[in-house]
Amino acid sequence: MATTKKPIRSKKAAVAKTNSIKLKFDTGWTYAPAPESKSAASINKQYDLFINGEWQKPESRKYFDTINPATEEKLSEVAEANAADVNKAVAAARTAYDKVWKKMPATERAKYIFRIARIIQEKARELAIIESLDGGKPIRESRDFDVPTAANHFFYYAGWADKLEYAFPNRKAQPLGVAGQIIPWNFPLLMAAWKIAPALATGNTVVLKPAETTPLTALKLAEIIQEADLPPGVVNILTGAGATGAALVNHPDINKIAFTGSTDVGKIIQRAVSGTNKRVTLELGGKAANIIFEDAPLDQAVEGVINGIFFNQGHVCCAGSRLYVQESVAKEVIRKLKDRMSSLLVGDPLDKNTDIGAINSKQQLDTILKYISIGKKEGAEMYESNCRLPNKGFFCRPTLFTNVAQSNRIAQEEIFGPVLSILTFRTDDEVIEKANNTPYGLSAGVWTDKGSKIFNLTKRLRAGVIWANTFNKFDPGSPFGGYKESGYGREGGLHGLLPYIELTS
Amino acid sequence: MPVTTDRKSKTGQLTSRPDFHSTPRIDQVGVEERASRFTKRSLKKDTKLNGLRLVLNMIDLTTLEGKDTEGKVKQLCYKAMHPHDALPGLPTVAAVCVYPTMVRVAKKALEGSGIKVASVATAFPSGQAPRDVKIRDTKYAVANGADEVDMVISRGKFHAGEYNFVFDEIAAIKEACGHARLKVILETGELGTFDKVRRASDIAMHAGADFIKTSTGKIQPAATMPVTLVMLEAIRDFYYETGKMIGMKPAGGISKSKLALHYLVMVNEVLGADWLTNEWFRFGASSLANDVLMQLAKEASGLYQAGNYFSAD
Amino acid sequence: MRLEVLKTYKIYIGGQFPRTESGRYYSPLSKTGKKLANVCLCSRKDFRDAVVAARSAFAGWSNRAAFNRSQILYRMAEMLEGRKAQFIDELILQGATRAAAEKEVHLATDRLIYYAGWCDKFQQLFSAVNPVASSHFNFSAPEPTGVVAIIAPQGDALLGLVSLIAPVIAGGNTCVVLAAADKPLCAVTFAEVLNSSDLPGGVVNILTGKPEELASWFAGHMDVNATFYCEKDTDIQKMIREKSADNLKRIHFYDTIDWYSDKGQSPYFIMDAQEIKTTWHPVENIAGAGGGY
Repeated sequence: MATTKKPIRSKKAAVAKTNSIKLKFDTGWTYAPAPESKSAASINKQYDLFINGEWQKPESRKYFDTINPATEEKLSEVAEANAADVNKAVAAARTAYDKVWKKMPATERAKYIFRIARIIQEKARELAIIESLDGGKPIRESRDFDVPTAANHFFYYAGWADKLEYAFPNRKAQPLGVAGQIIPWNFPLLMAAWKIAPALATGNTVVLKPAETTPLTALKLAEIIQEADLPPGVVNILTGAGATGAALVNHPDINKIAFTGSTDVGKIIQRAVSGTNKRVTLELGGKAANIIFEDAPLDQAVEGVINGIFFNQGHVCCAGSRLYVQESVAKEVIRKLKDRMSSLLVGDPLDKNTDIGAINSKQQLDTILKYISIGKKEGAEMYESNCRLPNKGFFCRPTLFTNVAQSNRIAQEEIFGPVLSILTFRTDDEVIEKANNTPYGLSAGVWTDKGSKIFNLTKRLRAGVIWANTFNKFDPGSPFGGYKESGYGREGGLHGLLPYIELTS
Repeated sequence: MPVTTDRKSKTGQLTSRPDFHSTPRIDQVGVEERASRFTKRSLKKDTKLNGLRLVLNMIDLTTLEGKDTEGKVKQLCYKAMHPHDALPGLPTVAAVCVYPTMVRVAKKALEGSGIKVASVATAFPSGQAPRDVKIRDTKYAVANGADEVDMVISRGKFHAGEYNFVFDEIAAIKEACGHARLKVILETGELGTFDKVRRASDIAMHAGADFIKTSTGKIQPAATMPVTLVMLEAIRDFYYETGKMIGMKPAGGISKSKLALHYLVMVNEVLGADWLTNEWFRFGASSLANDVLMQLAKEASGLYQAGNYFSAD
Repeated sequence: MRLEVLKTYKIYIGGQFPRTESGRYYSPLSKTGKKLANVCLCSRKDFRDAVVAARSAFAGWSNRAAFNRSQILYRMAEMLEGRKAQFIDELILQGATRAAAEKEVHLATDRLIYYAGWCDKFQQLFSAVNPVASSHFNFSAPEPTGVVAIIAPQGDALLGLVSLIAPVIAGGNTCVVLAAADKPLCAVTFAEVLNSSDLPGGVVNILTGKPEELASWFAGHMDVNATFYCEKDTDIQKMIREKSADNLKRIHFYDTIDWYSDKGQSPYFIMDAQEIKTTWHPVENIAGAGGGY
């Protein structure tokens, strides 16, 4: 009963309403562990750099560990690429571009990309396991979302390769050359797909650097690329940290930088390429507003809020981290949220029942905990679910803050964790103003049953992706990217081709 | 929900009832996404065993055919009491569900077993009969020993927007039930949208239903996880509003134990532990019991089972 | 012999014609070394005021029906045509031959008409309904970026100015424009055209002054969403890209465009000041089992 609550006097005397009414979720039927078997995945003890179609020892001679954030155990060690390695990779990509890839008939290019998509599908289970081991995300998500969506992305863009003349009226689409691509740790394989697939389809060659905490699925992708017989040098994969990324960004023979990550680093990149002709696209941070009106389908809205903030431990740039609830339903929505949070299981990422896995790194956990203590200090009221956390590894309970003010840091800054800030509003204009009152503009959500209100909101919210009566939906055919400080350029869909082409008449 | 109508009930009490025109809105796609999420739970070992036993214990073993005879009902009652004697220590089903004319037979057959007799009533399955006929139908079943009455709502009146008619009818049947518990069948397959399922659930609960139930089993689609989720959420909201627990019975279309376990996951995560008993949750089904038994036998023996080793009824 | 009445060349902010708050002026010279006029030497504070005007005009202008924007651009062309003689005189004064001046005014007028026609069409061209796999309706459409800071071409004083302004406002943005430093007269007169064309105040704001003094403010202002620059000066380009990083402005350098050629106009210029917004909504499919076609 959505809006007004009045006591109901029926023949059957209703039990008096008290505050003690509470559903019990912590007793009763609990789920036995259902771990996915690690044996379906093989991880090498050590990985070199993937340059020019082969595995090459790093010039740096250095390797760094990648650990399982759920157990803090070492999974493998990967090479650390330095400037000399970047040189080699860019040179390989340049040669492949000039000699092979840009000359290849587009139909053939398409077939290579289709092939990669198919092999990802064939190896889906292994990729999902490694993704969860290396990054901490629940196997349910890597299995049902990350890996299939990555394969679908290659499929989608493969088909574009020989159809580019239809995409941009009155223009010819020319490739840019060598693209340097730097991806984050929150969706390691999927972001690699988002970057590589459109670049290859448009005829560019690639040097990709995965995040230092999650290199393994990108290296697996390198194996798949080898298996697909992609010509050497078309895709090169270099592991490393910030210095490797900087060397890539600053390399003079790079034509295009595509970066997904924090707004701070995005700004550094924009500054770094000033004075060059490098094209840049940036997919950066966010602090999305998720807005619930009193006439919304509340239970579905609550589910959308839950998926909006707790999907992938909240390590999502478009996470719905600011919830605006119309005051008349705020109490009810918060109650429903708390009930829903009680059934979220935090724990072993490989357990098929896990809803929230491990925080990606110690450093990120510290950041999240810092914001939680800031929120408390700012006077907001904290609530966390009471699930048990594993003894080892980096974990954080799903957390929400009520009584949050627009001026609070937890309502303004990107936390990148499972922490929701709840604010209330009264009128449409008020919430639009509050929602837009941020330097970011990546995504937003709106929940209402009224069509005309949806379009008012979706039009006036300044963000690149608007989810109406849904949240955190992604599709290869759907362009994704931000306004304002959330970056520029789109990934996905027809519009996702543009960052990798030069239009000529 | 705003309370708009004040009227005298039959018993002369002044009752206020919510405005059922403004029941909560439901987004179908969101409901289906949420419902499919329950199916991702992986149930192993004890969780699975306990779940299967619970499912068995929640079944309303049902025969509702024009060709039902005393003989058929007696056999069904024996099956209810002895689901599979080869596996000792099994719980019984919750109830046997029959037409009113078979209540006396079932009551006698089940004597001393603790298994309830449920009777459909109110011109089941169409509900197209005058109210006095429906009340007599109900009273007949209760007089013959029915512990539970499964009524159908007047879907035609509901679609015509005559919510007060539907409400009054449920209230009248509830009164006719006396001590018998009332399950109100919404026949969700005829309601068309989840918004209407939610509205019918609210009407039924406010009018005095002890259980709300999806389907007669005579209309497709019958019970589905999404429609059951909508009803469970209605029950949860009603509980928070009134403090009163209402039971849930999906019926029709649940014949596999894996699916039944998904339903239990859903109850567990929407309503919590208090609803995980056959006092508050039932499956209306006929062939589900044997599938559960086959699974239990498989867990005990390690071998996949065949239908011929389990009595049909 | 009658004494000529000289025109005071002021700047254009928020639909008003103030003088620069700085009180400064400069005197650009003609080819022959004759002083053209005393022109406002705008300061960063004039720029600041102009950005405020542009920001406050943005909501109204971007919410205008595209058809209405189209009519206003067409009205601008009408007004320009009507004052053709004055523009030709000013262009000649600034150093053009009569033939060149006529050509420039004609092209500038036609360019406005070209973009007037695009106002309610480019969205259709660059939008998409995206066939997503889930039960959702999903579409992407362009929306204006916001406030655009433009340093107009220093060469083609009128045509360049119009070629930059027209696609930006056709797409629903508002802008602050720095006129060609040495040829500012027709820019100020163009402001008078704008002011008599039903164009709401603040949508286009025109300043006069020195790019080398103001460019860093155009690139650095935190309430500017995009900065367009048209010269080949690589130091200024570098500076603009660096400064623009503070709030991640959209940057475009139109330093190789011949505004007289076909390449000087296209809907892709409109798209340079547009963002793509993608909207999702569930599609109910409850009758799916039995319904359909």
